Amino acid sequence: MNKSKGKVVRYNRWGYIFLIPFVLVYVVFQLIPLVNTVYNSFFENYRSGLNQVGPNFIGLANFEAMFGGGKIWMYLKNTMIMWIMGFIPQIVISLLLGAWFSDPSLRLKGQRFFKTVIYLPNLIMASAFAMLFFTLFADTGPINSILQSMGILSEPFKFMSNVWSVRSLVAFMNLLMWFGNTTILLMAGMMGIDTALFEAAAVDGATSTQIFWRITLPLLRPILLYVMITSLIGGLQMFDVPQILTNGSGAPAESSMTLIMFLNKHLFSKNFGMGGALSVFLFVVTGILSLIVFRINSVGNKD
Amino acid sequence: MKKKALSVLMAASMLAGLTAAAAVPAAAEEEGKVLNIYCWNEEFKSRLTDHYPGYEEVDATTGKIGDVEVRWNITPSTDNAYQNNLDEKLLAQADAAADDKIDIFLLEADYALKYVDTDFTASVTDLGLTEEELANQYQYTKDIVTDANGVLKGVSWQGCPGVLIYNREAAKEVFGSDDPETVQAKVADWDTFKATAAELKEAGYKIAASANDFYRVFSDNSGKVVEDGVAKITPEIKQWIDLSKELVDAGEVGTFDLWSDDWNKGFYPDGKVFCYFGPAWLIDFCMAADTEGSIANQGGWAATEGPQGFSWGGTWIAGATGTDNASLVADIMRQLTCNPEIMKDIVTADNDFVNNKPVMEEMAADESYGDAVLGGQNALAMFCAGADKIDRSNMSPYDQGYTEELQKAMKDYFEGNVDYDTAVQTFFDNLVVKYPELTF
Repeated sequence: MNKSKGKVVRYNRWGYIFLIPFVLVYVVFQLIPLVNTVYNSFFENYRSGLNQVGPNFIGLANFEAMFGGGKIWMYLKNTMIMWIMGFIPQIVISLLLGAWFSDPSLRLKGQRFFKTVIYLPNLIMASAFAMLFFTLFADTGPINSILQSMGILSEPFKFMSNVWSVRSLVAFMNLLMWFGNTTILLMAGMMGIDTALFEAAAVDGATSTQIFWRITLPLLRPILLYVMITSLIGGLQMFDVPQILTNGSGAPAESSMTLIMFLNKHLFSKNFGMGGALSVFLFVVTGILSLIVFRINSVGNKD
Repeated sequence: MKKKALSVLMAASMLAGLTAAAAVPAAAEEEGKVLNIYCWNEEFKSRLTDHYPGYEEVDATTGKIGDVEVRWNITPSTDNAYQNNLDEKLLAQADAAADDKIDIFLLEADYALKYVDTDFTASVTDLGLTEEELANQYQYTKDIVTDANGVLKGVSWQGCPGVLIYNREAAKEVFGSDDPETVQAKVADWDTFKATAAELKEAGYKIAASANDFYRVFSDNSGKVVEDGVAKITPEIKQWIDLSKELVDAGEVGTFDLWSDDWNKGFYPDGKVFCYFGPAWLIDFCMAADTEGSIANQGGWAATEGPQGFSWGGTWIAGATGTDNASLVADIMRQLTCNPEIMKDIVTADNDFVNNKPVMEEMAADESYGDAVLGGQNALAMFCAGADKIDRSNMSPYDQGYTEELQKAMKDYFEGNVDYDTAVQTFFDNLVVKYPELTF
């Protein structure tokens, strides 16, 4: 009796020991910075030239200043618009590709090759990618020259001075960079579905569209949820592509200025107070939106 | 056996490394053996390489003066990277090892005051330069880097009076002559400038690549843009905005960011740009003179006074407090900014406008001198006249951010994306993000 009890305790102890690395890493690299950020957001703490100002406790003044101009909501809106513009086509394309790749009846040739190729854009640094687009779509860049020589445009189109062309470019770049990754995730989910279900449906006379909507998609829900939430968080943190493409200005008229680009601007003055306040705001927004996505997707899962 | 031999060898080499490292401080006498120079481009490096007696180039980032190793720490100014790096290093200067301490760092006019008014910059006279040695320098170059207590904190080898640099081909084509006097009559004041812009547009030329090209002409002649912590749009800046808006709307100038590829296009004949505004460093260092096919390479530019005199930029050499190479720092300053022979060499070799009044006046009168980029024109008299008139008492430590944010915000106004009030509001908002202590 005593012996067996001792064994259980010992196993539990191993459980805790195995958890230590994760907990340590989590506390040091996640929890402490998180608490620290919230703490910092209550202080006036920046550098004026080479002189340090603060830290002085100022309560909620940073938050007041942040919400005061109302611009923060505009930046949030910009971020969400550019994310949605990239995410909707991305999920459609990825579902389509995933369904094709995982369908054995199609007998696609060169699958490995294409799976590698669609993932490749993700390997390029986002900043290099943005720089490339910046050069391609410059007022006197190659795209404009081609369009002009083909007679489509009579004078250069200022891609970087039009709200929707800049947003579309950002969305398109994010799409290109991430659709391969999403495809692979969705494909893994699809291949995890029991093939007996597909066969049974086919025997019952279901068309491939019906199979997709009635079997693949419902069973893919957990993976879809994961993809949506990770993409949402990634989208809210959108930075490098619009930053490089617009040279940090969020041109035109700050219509492509994202929250993290705004955060980055506070680094000019090493303004940790405002930076902290903005990060707390981003944290809360991310939490709320993730919760909403989670709720929507798990409705109907109960039966 | 082999393994053992290897490990013995490794241990030996480590020991040797240790003793060598320990030997260095012992060998160092009163002056350090490493001179650390912080700057943002190759300009100063080429000046030192070409003109400082005894400088030997080792490789792209190191050189040698006698037995002192010169280390170049070049960080581009883009996105403020140069200053961010410099700030961190300066704040850690007191605790840095002797060989890692900054000895020399370079400053631009737009943010010189940020450093000059601190203890991180060493007094030039403390380093060993005397007032007599500095007597021939243009007064304004000293005013800019003099701190609130009247202590001189830096020296410059160049003066930066600006001129209007025009495309000779375009002038011949449109006005029938590329003679500076003919062209000057076409750009004598801003109203004439506007009329000329329309004339040039007929011929397919833009009068300037970007509205930002002539920003400096207005900002340099403006009153203080930040006074007692309050930022404002001065009448001169407003004048720039109004003129630019008019010219952009008429399609007579562009809205490109300075230094961008679109802006650079005008350095080549196909770019169809009539003129740029700038001082000698722009002509010599920035207009692609070394690139085959550029206008500068063919000597296709010429200079004239333009509508208004102005100055733009300039690079100052500052000694860092705590340097362990004080006498070498002082000698570099002395040779490059006070030695008339070397300064004359800089003019003939690099066509820079040097910070030495008698030398420049002598060169201005020298008919054998001509700038190849300007098709052999000797524009120095023009520069000399400009240099005498420069007054930079309107400077503030915020000029860099003010300029950057204003140009960004106004671009949207010029292109018709927002109205004037919105653009000004955006400008002030972003200025305060950069400098939280300011109001508007």
